[in-house]
Amino acid sequence: MPETGPKKEVPTVSVRSLSCPNCGGTVTIRSFGQAINVVCGSCHSILDAQDPKVQVLQQFQAAMKFAPLIPLGTRGKLRGTAYEVIGFQRRQIESDGEIYTWGEYVLFNPFKGFRYLTEYNGHWNDVAPLRTLPIMSGLRNISVVLLGQTYKHFQTAQAKTVFVIGEFPWQVRVGETVTVMDYVAPPRVLSSETTGDNEVTWSLGEYISGADIWKTFSLPGKPPQAVGVYENQPSPLTATVKAVWRTCGLLLVGAVLLFIIHTALAKDKVVFSNSYTFDTYNLAGEHSFITNSFEFSGSRAAPVKVATSANVDNNWIYLNYALVNEDTGQTYDFGREISYYSGYDSDGSWSEGSRNDSVVVPSVPPGHYFLRIEPERDRNPGRITYSVTITHDYPVSYWFLIAVGLLIVPAILITWRSINFEHMRWQESDHASGSGLASALSSMSSGGDE
Amino acid sequence: MTERTSFCPNCGAPIAFRWSSSVQTVCTFCKSILVRTDVDIKKVGQVADLPPDASPIQINTEGTYGNHNFVVVGRIIYQYDQGGWNEWHIVFNDGTEGWLSDAQDEYMISFAKEIPHLPTQQDAKLGANYQWSGIVFTVTSRTLAHYVGVEGELPFQYWDKQDVVFIDLRSHASDFATLDYSDENPVLYLGKAVDFDDLRLMNTRKFESW
Repeated sequence: MPETGPKKEVPTVSVRSLSCPNCGGTVTIRSFGQAINVVCGSCHSILDAQDPKVQVLQQFQAAMKFAPLIPLGTRGKLRGTAYEVIGFQRRQIESDGEIYTWGEYVLFNPFKGFRYLTEYNGHWNDVAPLRTLPIMSGLRNISVVLLGQTYKHFQTAQAKTVFVIGEFPWQVRVGETVTVMDYVAPPRVLSSETTGDNEVTWSLGEYISGADIWKTFSLPGKPPQAVGVYENQPSPLTATVKAVWRTCGLLLVGAVLLFIIHTALAKDKVVFSNSYTFDTYNLAGEHSFITNSFEFSGSRAAPVKVATSANVDNNWIYLNYALVNEDTGQTYDFGREISYYSGYDSDGSWSEGSRNDSVVVPSVPPGHYFLRIEPERDRNPGRITYSVTITHDYPVSYWFLIAVGLLIVPAILITWRSINFEHMRWQESDHASGSGLASALSSMSSGGDE
Repeated sequence: MTERTSFCPNCGAPIAFRWSSSVQTVCTFCKSILVRTDVDIKKVGQVADLPPDASPIQINTEGTYGNHNFVVVGRIIYQYDQGGWNEWHIVFNDGTEGWLSDAQDEYMISFAKEIPHLPTQQDAKLGANYQWSGIVFTVTSRTLAHYVGVEGELPFQYWDKQDVVFIDLRSHASDFATLDYSDENPVLYLGKAVDFDDLRLMNTRKFESW
């Protein structure tokens, strides 16, 4: 190439272009010679990008032409560095008789070298070569550790190159197969590629959305819709699950505190207690009576507990209560049954019911009250002694239980959905059958340490 | 850094050894390979035209490694079946010398380390482990490289080479080791993989439209 333009002290490295020795078409070298191979876009001849004479290394018949979604020559800023797309290959694996293909883009920056993008069914990964050796761990190397992070084995496959175009920093051939092993810790994936027995190369990929790729490279239109769950796709729920449980935990602590304060502040004061005897020999006539009046002090409505105990023994008593406000005439009507039965049978002794009962009347305004009591029972002779105790401003706990339930139910639902997502992820792996849920659960727990 | 000016015995151009311990340099005008003796400078060979390369580094590029500034004073160029790489000879402010290797824009800085009983080429198989300076290294690649050329100042005579074997090793961190079998006795270089940005290079080459 004759040099044109004025000579500078620091000559600029210029972009080269070559004539394809096979078809004569123009082949641009965008990597300034850092690439090893370049593929002619017109006749699909794979050329030695290093050799000035440029000989044809391989020619392939593209059974199908795959147009890269990001055209060669497109530039974009990835993690703060401008990169140009200079090569594209389509690779495939065969699994259970099915063929899966994906695209791999070679990106180049003249100072920082090569970087890669992969795309499968709308799922993208930003991949950089790794300079650190991961540590194999677990049974049969089921996981690897890199800088303290554990990556779980996802899949081992034979990846075959089926289509190439542009430049590559290695000897690329259509039909060549490498063993690819993927280990995941969403949103990252650690991959090893083994070619024969010469070299093992590791790379680290990070999931990136199609929308971000489109923005990075200023591409027109919309990125292809991501289909299914990809191996290192971050679960949209992992963060939610954590946030929900965190919020839930905080609210539960709040609820417990409120409950403690509420209980501590409640007066829990016995304002009335008395015992009565219900004589069954005298069943005729009116049995109802009213108690002495008692006061619910304070300025706010509060729960009132009415506790009843009766010495019932293989019989019952029913008490019709009416809590009446002397000042306003407001009445709370309610009935309580107290029954207790016991005996012996072939299984031993048994008992049923209880001699004690209590009920809470919520939100009773302060004031002077009395109780009207009307007992009922069957006609068995005998006397039943019962006592009635009224506690004002009794601390109730049912709202606390409801709050706990309301808080925990959504958290459990979201956790369940998240487990489902992990299950879908692992269904596509080498570890799908049966162990899917176990893997999902364990990966969720291990994914939570970031 | 001492600078002593002499003249090329071949073409008479001025020759400056920028680093006092330099043994060899290449005349920038006639490409003669010059070796410094106690008495004078001797021409020992000639460098063929260097192949075009796309490294952003060049002689006189300056950079930083761990708070120490260095300048690039020379290089050795190698090629193998998967491409080529440069071993840039760098000299630090305090006179320490090291190497900045650049293989397809992947950068490593290393220093020769004198360690006895280094493995032979045959022993250092892929996957073999060695411990040097308290770090465990694993052999990750064995490269039969072809010597292409030299430029600038080097700490030793290096020019009449053909094929040389390099064995690269890595650790579970960013440590890097190379066993160089250029000579009878292997030489060990220990260092680290470095990010381009962390090198804070100045006076790099320029690339069209970048």
